[in-house]
Amino acid sequence: MTPALSPLDRDLLDGAHGEAARFAMRLLQRFAEAVGARRFVEAEAAHIDGCLYLGRVSLDFVEHLLRLGGRVRVPTTLNVGSVDLIHPELFQGDAAVGTGGARLMRAHEELGCVPTYTCAPYQTIFRPRPGAQVAWAESNAIVFANSVIGARTNRYGDFIDLCCALTGRVPYYGLHMPENRRARVLVEIASLPPEWDEAGPACIAVGHAIGRLCGDRIPAIRGLPAAASEDDLKALGAVAASSGAVAMFHAVGLTPEAGTIEAAFQGEAPEERILLTAGDLRDIVRRLSTVPDGIPLAAVSLGTPHFSLDEFARLMPLLDGPRPAIDIYVNTGRAVLQELEARGWADRLRDAGVTLVIDTCTYVTAVMRELSGAVMTNSGKWAYYAPGNLGVDVAFGSLADCMASARAGRVVRR
Amino acid sequence: MTRTAAARLAAVTLVPGRAEGLAFVLAEPLSFWGGLDAASGRIIDRWHPQAGAVVAGRILVMAAGRGSSSGSSVLAEAIRLGTGPAGIVLLTRDAIVTVGAMVARELYGISCPVVTLAEPADWASVTAAARLSVDALPVDAPSLDVGTATAEIALS
Repeated sequence: MTPALSPLDRDLLDGAHGEAARFAMRLLQRFAEAVGARRFVEAEAAHIDGCLYLGRVSLDFVEHLLRLGGRVRVPTTLNVGSVDLIHPELFQGDAAVGTGGARLMRAHEELGCVPTYTCAPYQTIFRPRPGAQVAWAESNAIVFANSVIGARTNRYGDFIDLCCALTGRVPYYGLHMPENRRARVLVEIASLPPEWDEAGPACIAVGHAIGRLCGDRIPAIRGLPAAASEDDLKALGAVAASSGAVAMFHAVGLTPEAGTIEAAFQGEAPEERILLTAGDLRDIVRRLSTVPDGIPLAAVSLGTPHFSLDEFARLMPLLDGPRPAIDIYVNTGRAVLQELEARGWADRLRDAGVTLVIDTCTYVTAVMRELSGAVMTNSGKWAYYAPGNLGVDVAFGSLADCMASARAGRVVRR
Repeated sequence: MTRTAAARLAAVTLVPGRAEGLAFVLAEPLSFWGGLDAASGRIIDRWHPQAGAVVAGRILVMAAGRGSSSGSSVLAEAIRLGTGPAGIVLLTRDAIVTVGAMVARELYGISCPVVTLAEPADWASVTAAARLSVDALPVDAPSLDVGTATAEIALS
């Protein structure tokens, strides 16, 4: 099962575009064989998840490409790294990870990648157009690109994302092909808890459920709140890609390839139907917390995936009032930070006791100062991973609950 | 008295190399990321039935891969540190495993050959063998350029 090669592919393999591109194309060729791709197509853009330091091999690979004179051939954004290069003093972890992690980030820049350092590249000017063939890594970014934008990517990662960037080629298989983007499972929301006045918790609960129940099959969801925003769909995809291997979902009436149920299923019948009731959704949200209400908190963490400008706009009015009793962290990207500075919001946030974490995220690196106690979040993804990654207990709640709890120093709900 | 002759099975090379060792048959797929400690070669996924076992130097036999693509880095790092498997026999092709072993070979010149069975029917014999040797050559093939070269697995 050897993929067919275009003249450009042959040039790349023959070294006409340099030794690094040749090395990358050969690796890509073996990858394409392993996944059964028949040919390669042009990648319009790439998003790289190789900036997080997972051991010396992470750095050795990028340094090798640099020695070969490597340079990306398409616009390439970078995911979070192990350190906040803008606030390096925040890093409290192992020195080798700090030094190696910072070098790893710089080495990617030397390859020509754009130093976006965000897991939400769709919140930057590099957001792909609908229908674009791209090579994206990072599970939440992949789901967002496919589902909310209608761009086309498979679940790329480790080494292969960078090989696509260095060659501008991507193996044509899976979700690059229109026929593989049809829904397989119909997820119907029978009823929503009437006490939930915003779409956020419902989207997170549904995301958690489809991850567990659909695995890597594409679901079409019917019955999400009509008010669900792009940020709510971001949260849904992020938790679905944590609790399962979801690379794409359709939300009927909300996402671009699901104007109708028939469109989402491309005229075929669902192979399975799943019904979610208000009771199911309440249960899922309740289980995201590992501690009961009233428990003392060490910190609040927001912005996994990275907080958008709209989310900051919702946070700003909640800053009014007494100073919080515990640390509040908000993860976001450089592009959003720039806008916060321009609007004077960054100072206002800092004055209100908020620590802005840029370039990285509180669940993948040692940034949080105090971890003796539970941490509260409004992120389904953070709630899913932090107990394992950081060894902390988690309380999950709405943005307003998180801010009220930060003032009380313990878990309170409105 | 009968003597069991070592059987030879046809396979397909995903990553070239030659390796021999005691077989380690994974009872369930394992995500290397979060499931294998590269420093020790130990299975650390506490939900995995073989948690605590060490794969270093063994011929790892696995039906399929699983989990995050960060598994490629973890496998490559384990191979670099000498705590990884000596070779890998797959029932179905797996990109995460292939990429991890290929990167280790390219960067460090350490071969952890990866092959899939040419005949899925041979799976029962492979999983029953105590020792395996994997011959995924040709030796003189340029790196990364073996395409669909054939390989051989010997059971004993």
